[in-house]
Amino acid sequence: MDAAPAATETDVALCEDDLAEDDTADEDLTMEDLIEEVSIDGMCGVY
Amino acid sequence: MTTTLDQAWTLSPSVALRPEPFGALAYHFGNRKLIFLRRHELVAVVRALGEHPDARSALVAAGVPQAHHHAYAMALAGLAARDVIRRRPDGGENL
Amino acid sequence: MKLVEQFELGLDAPICLTWELTYACNLSCAHCLSSSGRRDPRELTTRQCEAVIDELQRMAVFYVNVGGGEPTVRSDFWHLLRYAVEHQVGVKFSTNGVRITPERARFLAATDYVDVQVSLDGATAEVNDYVRGPGSFDMAVRALENLRDAGFRDAKISVVCTRHNVGQLDDFQALADRFGATLRLTRLRPSGRGADVWDDLHLLPGQQRELYDWLLARGDRVLTGDSFFHLAGFGDALPGLNLCGAGRVVCLIDPVGDVYACPFAIADQFLAGNVLTDGGFQRVWRDSPLFAELRSPQTGGACASCGHYDSCRGGCMAAKFFTGLPLDGPDPECVMGHSEQALAAPRTLPGVSQDHSRAVSTRKQPVMLTLLTSRPAAPPVTACAGSPLAGFVPEATAP
Repeated sequence: MDAAPAATETDVALCEDDLAEDDTADEDLTMEDLIEEVSIDGMCGVY
Repeated sequence: MTTTLDQAWTLSPSVALRPEPFGALAYHFGNRKLIFLRRHELVAVVRALGEHPDARSALVAAGVPQAHHHAYAMALAGLAARDVIRRRPDGGENL
Repeated sequence: MKLVEQFELGLDAPICLTWELTYACNLSCAHCLSSSGRRDPRELTTRQCEAVIDELQRMAVFYVNVGGGEPTVRSDFWHLLRYAVEHQVGVKFSTNGVRITPERARFLAATDYVDVQVSLDGATAEVNDYVRGPGSFDMAVRALENLRDAGFRDAKISVVCTRHNVGQLDDFQALADRFGATLRLTRLRPSGRGADVWDDLHLLPGQQRELYDWLLARGDRVLTGDSFFHLAGFGDALPGLNLCGAGRVVCLIDPVGDVYACPFAIADQFLAGNVLTDGGFQRVWRDSPLFAELRSPQTGGACASCGHYDSCRGGCMAAKFFTGLPLDGPDPECVMGHSEQALAAPRTLPGVSQDHSRAVSTRKQPVMLTLLTSRPAAPPVTACAGSPLAGFVPEATAP
């Protein structure tokens, strides 16, 4: 097996983001990946 | 969008920020908007905005890669539009 | 992971929740989801309610939907309202309008972080009072007038969509506009007394389509509480999470401190615990085995092979439960008609575990209830029933 390449700054940043299970390439990160608004009235199970 | 990153911001006092496994929930008690912050880095940025002379330095301090800055700027603009974050009165000055 | 998928696994604290403050009510609506009428003697005290609010504050629950029964008939209601907002818990309360005098309306207009939701189930007195009782339309309208005149902004008018009022949607919107209010349309569930009137009141298939089309066309101004995600099979999903929030992001605290998965599921099978006897609300929310089960990945059961499952999620758990359908099968109002066979077949309906209905007819009773009680039927089980097995109906094995 080849030795793993030295980690770059970008690799480290992505590794730390361990809850983002998607493989978002750097250029593909969108606003929707970061924030999402929903109405407080928009969940079922309240009056 | 670069103007967003060059400005000084702070978390709005009407907002409650609640940590979640996936990031955080932000609820604005005034306009009743509920926004999900889906990355821990974004949460760190939002919390730290008030301590930085501009948003860009907050991104750098949180370790946000340069290539993501544009998306983060859009997200911050979206948060500003909902009054989750506000311009700081002392904004824009070089420290 | 999509946000909806994240929520299905549950949160450390609810985002918001329903809190029924009392089972007492001045009305006897035919479809009451909490079978309210008579106060339960085990109702939480003022101090116990304050303790719940303290916990909600610690958990950072953003706001509570207070209901009942009629919450304003509690003499400490206005105190608890102030207590909540002073402890960073926003309040929306649901009311039939009985105590919303001009003076109270002025108090509400001057109080931050409070929202008022007035219940109305007909755009005319004729349609409304048929299910809510004589004079109830006028009482609700008076409350809305008082709120508007006091400068209270953006009250909510909350409508349960029924066979009889679905043709009045434009009129409801006009009413909301007249009072500077926002219209809210919600789904009728066969819960509480709703089980008795379900066959007569639930939307017919064509009416479901009519409602769906209306919401798509006008939905941006109308709230729905995400109660129509079962209609997603018609096409585009309506705004909202399109997710059953029960036990995951929302739940119910009832007047005696019982915690249920949702206000439409007041039944022993959906009882997660009690705030008084199980170490407080947070302990119940986090440790209840029922909630752990609801938060575990759901497979879709019989609905998994349907192409619409991704958007409709198999519909409403409470609707299935109270119509005696399997919880891992289609909603009784599945828009693809996948429940027709099961509904036509013999079913065992669950027994009523909590019935606070008034035992005797009053002159305020809605005409619909009067008509129903003249049909031969088993008398409702009351809290005074002597036998521990009262109301027990042996049921098919739960999944």
